[in-house]
Amino acid sequence: MTVDALIRWFQSWTASGGNITFLLILSVILLALPVFLIMAVNALVAVYAERKLSAFMQDRVGPMGQGPGFHAGKWGIFQTVADAIKLLLKEDIIPEAADRKLFILAPYVMFLGAFIALAAVPFNQKLLVADMNIGIFYIVAVGSLSVLGILLAGWASNNKWSLYGAMRSAAQIVSYEIPAALSIIAVILLTGTLSMQGIVQSQAGVIWGFLPNWAVFNNPFTFLAFFIYFISSVAEVNRTPFDIPEAESELVAGFHTEYSGLRWAFFFLSEYANMLVVSAVAVVVFLGGWQSPIAGVMTSAWWGLFWFLGKVTIVILIMIWFRWTFPRLRVDQLMNVCWKVLLPIALLNIFGTGLWSLFIG
Amino acid sequence: MGVIHNDEMVLNIGPQHPSTHGVLRLKVKTDGEIVSDIQPVIGYLHRCFEKHCENLPYEQIIPFVDRCDYIASMNNGFGYVTTVEELMGIQVPERVEYIRIIMAELNRIASHLLALGTFGLDVGAFTPFLYMFRDRERILDLFEITCGARLLYNYMWIGGLSHDLPVGFVESAYEFLDYFEPQLKEYHDLLAYNKIFIERTGDVGVLPPEVAVSYGVTGPNLRGSGVKWDLRKNEPYSIYDRFEFDVPVGEGEMGTVGDCWDRYWVRALEMAQSVKIVRQALDQLPNDGNVHESLPKKVRPPKGSIYQRTETPRGDLGFYIISDGSNVPLRVKMRSPAFTALSVLNEIASGWMLSDILVILGSLDIVLGEIDR
Repeated sequence: MTVDALIRWFQSWTASGGNITFLLILSVILLALPVFLIMAVNALVAVYAERKLSAFMQDRVGPMGQGPGFHAGKWGIFQTVADAIKLLLKEDIIPEAADRKLFILAPYVMFLGAFIALAAVPFNQKLLVADMNIGIFYIVAVGSLSVLGILLAGWASNNKWSLYGAMRSAAQIVSYEIPAALSIIAVILLTGTLSMQGIVQSQAGVIWGFLPNWAVFNNPFTFLAFFIYFISSVAEVNRTPFDIPEAESELVAGFHTEYSGLRWAFFFLSEYANMLVVSAVAVVVFLGGWQSPIAGVMTSAWWGLFWFLGKVTIVILIMIWFRWTFPRLRVDQLMNVCWKVLLPIALLNIFGTGLWSLFIG
Repeated sequence: MGVIHNDEMVLNIGPQHPSTHGVLRLKVKTDGEIVSDIQPVIGYLHRCFEKHCENLPYEQIIPFVDRCDYIASMNNGFGYVTTVEELMGIQVPERVEYIRIIMAELNRIASHLLALGTFGLDVGAFTPFLYMFRDRERILDLFEITCGARLLYNYMWIGGLSHDLPVGFVESAYEFLDYFEPQLKEYHDLLAYNKIFIERTGDVGVLPPEVAVSYGVTGPNLRGSGVKWDLRKNEPYSIYDRFEFDVPVGEGEMGTVGDCWDRYWVRALEMAQSVKIVRQALDQLPNDGNVHESLPKKVRPPKGSIYQRTETPRGDLGFYIISDGSNVPLRVKMRSPAFTALSVLNEIASGWMLSDILVILGSLDIVLGEIDR
């Protein structure tokens, strides 16, 4: 469902065609709402999963209090809802020495990046807001908006910890975007399209006799590219072992040290939304998007949604697993990994993929 | 082309900061991420320990001693009461000696678990910290059934103990040791042999042996630098000469001798040695003997002074006690191992990055309660 299609559908209701400006605004809002809902639900579920999983990994029980039931509740499944309500009701503190305007603006800038990136994510054969012919390029481009928000937050807070976090994060996200984008290019060489749906459609069928024809299985180079992308995307969303912008034991809370209440919640929301976006890109580009793992079986649109969400969930769970297992890298080591390891491999990968598709594939 | 001027920024770490291990304040001069100078500011936990001692009877000082190094209260109390006993010439029964060793070594394991766990936290690993706390909890349970307290025990008394071991303690202790020994491997897999952990700690914050000795650094920090010095071996007090155990030293396995990894590793190996000592002590523990037998009616040491030191999980803990013959000491001076460990921080940590400072600080395993006293 795209904006164009929605406007045409509205116009088909009335003989005159209606007011085009009004219809445009209406359609955009109608499509933006579900995207926002997806973000909100994603944050609620992912935070709950993160807390519960980390608890299980650490020999704890995790949140148990909030849930359906009169007394103790069950497994605390409403914990994140309670958290969200608490955050809404908290006092909103803006430090006196902060740059007020930028301080207020920052969470929304970060939120915006994740929000508009989701518009190009195909949840199944039909469910996406805008099927652009440059979809993947668009996502990579607007994905970098989050770094702007982090920089704004770090600078506007007028706090040395925030500034450290922001500077680290700017360097980190900008660096890791390069290997991430280069590893995506390796796949685009094979698919020949930048459209998200096009990339997914090109991964239909079977390869090597039994494996699904996903890009990750296509050839050794794309297999490697998947891991480069995955590592880079973990770094891009600032999660352990690359969580140096908000390294708790060093920088207190990094760029959002001074934030509280709803503004802090927005940072949190966009952080988890960013996680969803990079996982969705990993799934679309490397893991066949909404394609069924067994070619030709269970291919309806509902199953497509199921496969897509299932794969995204697995990728997110792996990120959560990373976070609760690894220590944190240092800033310079982080940069070394990016510029001296991932980037050269990603470059060679493009070359290798090109040769492969010329001579073998 | 103009010259780029780098401004130095003074960064204030603490006193409220997630990884200052209590309330320590570090005034840090930074140039970007590089730290050029570190000035620890202490005293936020100052509780007038030594002044209190001048106004309290000997036996009432024990709870204060417990509160100095609250992570290893048993060891602190052990050091204090043996010093006073030495001054008074009290010989405690065999059973008391053994129970003291068991408690001190169990507390050493608990203390090292906390040190390694929070060190992991400083490096960014959250899960090992909770695993170690889970196991530390079982040691605290053992202490709880013995004396009712989990952190500040007041268990070692001058000339004896507050309580005898409860029924079933020996079995529970054996059970714990059997459970705990295999756990060590899990910690090693999670932290010590983790590639990222090695990257963060190997070759970082190297404390050369000569520097360590000249600053008076003791305990695992000194042994991490490759100096084989352990009072339990070199100047055996109590009945430590009856047990068989090794003194692990840093060998620079993952970098240079005396780096953060070595200090971590020495503590990890020491836990295994403590398990060994506790096992031997439990095996040899005499069944008869009254722990209140040699408690003096009145603690009035003869006129004189004494300095005695013991090996706590943090190093040489010394007590200098001057007695004027009354029941209140004239002066008690505590030589704190954590204080000397902190004093070496600027020497070994300046020139490293901001993230390393906190890792090096964590590897020194300081307890602010003992530094400020």
